[in-house]
Amino acid sequence: MFGSVRWRLVWIAVLVTICGFALVPETIVDEVTGESERVWPLKLGLDLQGGMQLTVEIYDPEGALSGEDLDDAVDRTLTTIRNRIDEFGVREPTIQRSGNRIIIELAGVDNPEQAKRIATETAFMEFKIVTDGQDFMEALERIDRAIVNEVGIENLQVTTLETEPEVDLSDILGGAADSAAAEDAANEEEAVEGEDPAAGEDPATDSLATEEEAADAVDEATARPLSALLGQGRILGEYLVPQEDQPTAAAWLELEGVREALPRGVTLHWGVEQVGAGAGSYVPLYVLEAEPLITGDMLQDAGPANRDPTFNQPIVPFETTRRGSRVFERGTARNIGENMAIVLDDRVQSYAVIRSVLSRRAQIELTPGASFQEAQELALVLRAGALPMPIEVVEERNVSASLGEDSIRQGRTAFIIGIVGVIIVMMLYYRAAGILAVGALLTYVIFMLGGLAGLEATLTLPGIAGLILSIGMAVDANVLIFERVREELAAGKTPRTAVDAGFGNALSAIIDANLTTLITGIILFQFGTGAVQGFAVTLCIGILASFFSAIYVTRTLFIMYLNRRGSRESVSI
Amino acid sequence: MRVFQNANYKFLSMRRPAYFASAAIITIGLLSIVFRGGLRTGVEFTGGVLLEVQFSQTTDVGQIRDALTDGGTTGVQIQQLRTVGAETYDFLLRVPVGEEEDQNAIRDQIRASLETQYSAGSFEIARGDTLSAKVGDEFQRTAVIAVLLSFLLTLIYLAFRFEWRFGVAAVIATVHDMLITFGFISLFDIEINLATVAAILTIIGYSLNDTIVVFDRVRENLRKKRKEPYDATLNRSLNETLPRTVLTSGTTLIALFSLVVIGGAVIRPFAGVLIIGVLIGTYSSIFVASPVLLEIHDRARRRSAIAART
Repeated sequence: MFGSVRWRLVWIAVLVTICGFALVPETIVDEVTGESERVWPLKLGLDLQGGMQLTVEIYDPEGALSGEDLDDAVDRTLTTIRNRIDEFGVREPTIQRSGNRIIIELAGVDNPEQAKRIATETAFMEFKIVTDGQDFMEALERIDRAIVNEVGIENLQVTTLETEPEVDLSDILGGAADSAAAEDAANEEEAVEGEDPAAGEDPATDSLATEEEAADAVDEATARPLSALLGQGRILGEYLVPQEDQPTAAAWLELEGVREALPRGVTLHWGVEQVGAGAGSYVPLYVLEAEPLITGDMLQDAGPANRDPTFNQPIVPFETTRRGSRVFERGTARNIGENMAIVLDDRVQSYAVIRSVLSRRAQIELTPGASFQEAQELALVLRAGALPMPIEVVEERNVSASLGEDSIRQGRTAFIIGIVGVIIVMMLYYRAAGILAVGALLTYVIFMLGGLAGLEATLTLPGIAGLILSIGMAVDANVLIFERVREELAAGKTPRTAVDAGFGNALSAIIDANLTTLITGIILFQFGTGAVQGFAVTLCIGILASFFSAIYVTRTLFIMYLNRRGSRESVSI
Repeated sequence: MRVFQNANYKFLSMRRPAYFASAAIITIGLLSIVFRGGLRTGVEFTGGVLLEVQFSQTTDVGQIRDALTDGGTTGVQIQQLRTVGAETYDFLLRVPVGEEEDQNAIRDQIRASLETQYSAGSFEIARGDTLSAKVGDEFQRTAVIAVLLSFLLTLIYLAFRFEWRFGVAAVIATVHDMLITFGFISLFDIEINLATVAAILTIIGYSLNDTIVVFDRVRENLRKKRKEPYDATLNRSLNETLPRTVLTSGTTLIALFSLVVIGGAVIRPFAGVLIIGVLIGTYSSIFVASPVLLEIHDRARRRSAIAART
């Protein structure tokens, strides 16, 4: 069943169809703009689409870290970098570990310097007490005035007009008890306590103290730009800002005048999580005590996430250093019942109520509704902040998008010229048989590109070069076979036996030749990095594709050609 | 159409002039390497900074060098890239770094000097690679391991598929190709980087590929006729495979030439090395691999003849 022409054609058609499907451009619709974009399914390397590749390692000139410690440090750094890059909002970032290094690939970055700074800053963790927000509320009027002064009232008109839905926000959050926010608030509630889990104090209750002010602010929206954006949070000292307004508000808070207007001893931090309330999505803003309770370097270790034996809710244990434990003890003693925010890289990751005096060992208890995964994530955050490691960039590669486009265009032209040149030579040299070889060559190109797309291999500039090189070499197997067939014909055999003998005798040379090149390709893949690996992948896929197209496709086409010629005892080769 | 059909060139009797030619080319190449003080390794192997800068205004290597020197950066290799029909003036800037130097600082310094000399909007850094010396060393080491391992594995494969003497001849031919390729790399002042190493490994594969096809035919012919002298069998095999050798090299060269002409600045050296490699590989499979096989055979026969007499 595999021998007959019909079955051979079916197999070839199936393979061509599969590869063809892998190559159909996908239509991606942008959710924001609604524009659709047709995307070529081949994954392009950074050298072709433009972007940045960073290889970083832990800066450790004395070689203090080794073995498991180093391994753990790299893992923690990986978490830190992942968190930050996700926040940076790059499309499809690749962040992976390679040995003791971390490779970060960011496609289409507009501002490589900023991306690099964000990725490589040393993680900085602090535990800070969440204030009741009273000082901040009193200072709000001053802050609003400072914003109006610096930005100018005419610029603000536009901004405040866009923030109409704030009226709804106050309503929703003011009546949090019966809205979706209530559930949310309950879920997010966490508590910290010492090793003794019996301390069963009530979690912090929502306060509506600031509701009045917030409502006021809406009435005088034009004069009070920041107040207008602030909604009541789930705890004291937390305010919710609509997600779309967050960048504006963040920019205002950076203003010189605003910084001066802030009350003493207080800092503002954005939270990482987004809070859903009603239809909108909000980013929390926290008013924290400027003086941290403890900093990350006083944290010894954290995790693994666990479940409380009696109540079964997820818990995250952590441990402070000897020095840290004294500081922590004093700090928590003063602040029992207060909320403590966990701040990593200036952003509040989570917060929890301090239930008792804490020292060496403590645990963060998540609310019963929280998933175990949330606890694991929190443990990773704590570990990332504990004993933070300075990071060193050992390799950086930037390619602008325009240069990438040039490379693609040049590669495409070279590819077409190369293939047309080879086709012309084959047709001139082998006539009818040459056309068969060209048919096989075209299926080769489809297999090759389909294989690249199907395996989700990345196409790089050296990869394109490998692709073009392989076109020239792909006909080698055909040439070997045809030369054999010619020899057999010259020896006086009939076309059909000559073709059979030609294919049979050429096989061993083809296999040997392909295998040795495959060995080289595999070694290149194993030892190469980035772009060279791209070359190795195209080389290896190319060898497999050319082997199949020469041995199977050409032979099938040859059989069809001979059948069509019937009994005529000649063959055009 | 056919070329070299029923060819009957006496390749093997040309082997002594061929040895001489090979020796001469290798010597010139090695002298060039010695004269230049070694091969020029790119920043991928030394660590350093590689910048491709596109200027929208006309400028030249001298002006750029002055700008960099004023800014305190010396030892920069500057090369103008000729891109056909481009609207910008493109230059490649390379600075190797030592173990103690900070590659990122050098890069920032270069950018600052360029901004002082040229207005900030008049140039764009289209490509910027910075590598620490440590990473460069590692790349260099893995490249050497990759080339050696590639050699070793192919040798094992050949030993498995052919008699040992075929393997030895094939490896000698490949070493010959690599020596000549390195010589050309030095003569044309092409820098050694990861792409060049990939090209060299491809040449190893290609050269072996060519040699294997010839040897496969030799093995087949040796099995068929036992009466014919060894050198005649070799020569006949070479002639029989000649059309294939020429045609395959030809189609590969067509593809490579289209890369050299159109492929752009980054690909051009890579494709250039491959072209040299294909030419040398074709030459060596005819004039080096088979003659060496004959020498090994003759030597073995003489030794066994002597052994028989005593």
